[in-house]
Amino acid sequence: MSHWMTLPVVLPAMLAAIIVLSARFHMSLARTFSVAGTVALALVAAGLFWRASDGTIDVYALGNWTAPFGIVLVTDRLSTLMLLLTSLLALPVLLYAIGSGWDKRGWHFHALFQFQLMGINGAFLTGDAFNLFVFFEVLLIASYGLMIHAGGAERLRAGVQYVLYNLLGSTLFLFALGTLYAETGTLNMADLAERVSMMGPDATAGIRVASVLLILVFAVKAAVLPLHFWLPASYSEAPGPVAALFAIMTKVGAYSIIRFYTLVFPPDLEITQGLFGTWLLPAALLTLTVGMVGVLGARRLDRLVAFSVIGSMGMLLIAVSVFTETGISAALYYALHSTLATAALFLLVDTVRERRGGIGARLQDATPIMGGPLVAGLFFAAAIAMCGLPPLSGFVGKLLVLDAARDNALAVWVWAVVLSTSLVAIVGFGRAGSQVFWKAHQVAATRADGTERDAEADVDNAPDPEPSPAALPMVAIGALIAGLVALTVAAGPIKRTLDATAAQLFAPEPYITTVMSTEGKDLSGYGHGDEGYGESAGDDGAHGSSADDTSDSEGH
Amino acid sequence: MELLVASAVGVMTAAGIYLVLRLRTFPVIIGVSLLTYAVNVFLFASGRLAMDMPPILRDGVETYTDPLPQALVLTAIVISFGMTAVVVIIALGSWLACDDDFVEAVEQHDPRTSSADPAPRGQDAA
Repeated sequence: MSHWMTLPVVLPAMLAAIIVLSARFHMSLARTFSVAGTVALALVAAGLFWRASDGTIDVYALGNWTAPFGIVLVTDRLSTLMLLLTSLLALPVLLYAIGSGWDKRGWHFHALFQFQLMGINGAFLTGDAFNLFVFFEVLLIASYGLMIHAGGAERLRAGVQYVLYNLLGSTLFLFALGTLYAETGTLNMADLAERVSMMGPDATAGIRVASVLLILVFAVKAAVLPLHFWLPASYSEAPGPVAALFAIMTKVGAYSIIRFYTLVFPPDLEITQGLFGTWLLPAALLTLTVGMVGVLGARRLDRLVAFSVIGSMGMLLIAVSVFTETGISAALYYALHSTLATAALFLLVDTVRERRGGIGARLQDATPIMGGPLVAGLFFAAAIAMCGLPPLSGFVGKLLVLDAARDNALAVWVWAVVLSTSLVAIVGFGRAGSQVFWKAHQVAATRADGTERDAEADVDNAPDPEPSPAALPMVAIGALIAGLVALTVAAGPIKRTLDATAAQLFAPEPYITTVMSTEGKDLSGYGHGDEGYGESAGDDGAHGSSADDTSDSEGH
Repeated sequence: MELLVASAVGVMTAAGIYLVLRLRTFPVIIGVSLLTYAVNVFLFASGRLAMDMPPILRDGVETYTDPLPQALVLTAIVISFGMTAVVVIIALGSWLACDDDFVEAVEQHDPRTSSADPAPRGQDAA
């Protein structure tokens, strides 16, 4: 049992505490700690990814309590992949926050950033459903702080909506967990998988309710259509680097759907038949449509990118809800791509917003911004990736999704919606990009002529406060774009890894047996060991909630 | 007993959902608190309702109640308490910054809603 796999949770937690307690008034110290910690996190994640890349599943029993009784952390291909993605996203975002000075505009940016990473990593690592809830709360409470970082009336109002919506989501999650526990008597995911598969065809009402409640909760996190209302306002009002980091948060929802519905409720389970084909796939198609129409209709650049997040989640969930190995593999590729692409777009929007002065991100005429050609070029690349045009990874991702959906009953719909929304997205991004970057030159030319002076635009267009923009933000955005290019160039090897990941997800027996057979302390030999307290662990689990049923003893 | 607990959960959930759908932050926060109370009672009952049974080992006791939901409820209470505190602080900040306590930004005050509301803005600071 290697202790390394606790580091993605423990390291950010410790660092955040150190930053709050001792580096509070020393910005350079806090920045050093934060960057060093994130680099170390990336190295640890890469190590864990390498270890899991031959199919090894590692289990870490916290407090050395064996699986159904204690909380376990599990690393397999999927969780280490998501860990690696998180740390590779976090590093450029952190560099951008430092380079653009966002971290100085409010308190505790770095501590909250580390807590957020702790929550995200924990959610990817945990093998326990209630612990997943706890890590969701950790990442949410850090995100509340980050969301309203640097304050401002509009941001605070969007923050209230964001917090309230997520509080309701958490309440729903608790209802789902309560139902799940009442039906199965356990919350360990591997144990749940065993007990759910043992359930007979009758008396499944409770577990059906639980599975639908769970998918609702994860749909809130993943911003699936009827539950997406929290996303546009909060992502567009959040500070640029925070919105970029939030790009991984919707993927936490998608990850949870993939994890739960391959492990606990596998696709061949009779109880959850129709959940994906009948409900999630149409919802995902609607999500994609509304997201991309939102891109076309947005009147501000930041809202445009926020709607493109919704659209990309729709695309991801189309691939998930096909629910075959090729579908999950395509979904994972699209998740990697869209995380990097949306993060790059949010950082670019922030750059544009900062440099345009009073007019901000509104899609109106303004004079050219400082360093326009570079920003425009990066925006062009990121938009191409986001719309799914060749040659960048969005095209590969879209192709994989279309290919995976070919045998589905709704294949015609999937192809029609995906291809037509691509066109809508291209028009939307093209309109926004030409308004911001090209029309600016025309505006500057007419102003130089002295004709048609727009008094209002003049007031809005305050001169750029910074004479020479810093290089670090551009490096950070460039790194994300480089990630997209790497994802395209190395698409073959990455696809093979993802195929193996999907294959591992669709054969959950090794996961279950590894978790359930890990050695450690159990309840026998404790206190009244000879009074038969340890016996009930083996009784029939499906409805085993007799008064002395033993299950997890989670000491939160 | 079952009827009492079930109806308590149901009534609190219904009241919570009604309040959550209100326009101003204060009733919405009360509604969220009611929903968390409901879910706490619900979680507590998820290990089956048992009377007069201890959750921890003790000499001379044969039957026990399930201790896990009690641990889960404790966690849920702590988290919901913290979250409610956070949302109250953010809502206060939003109220001070925006000069009103509507959850959704209201560009122009609809005269119908503001006259129907007993507490016009500014007076609900007390």
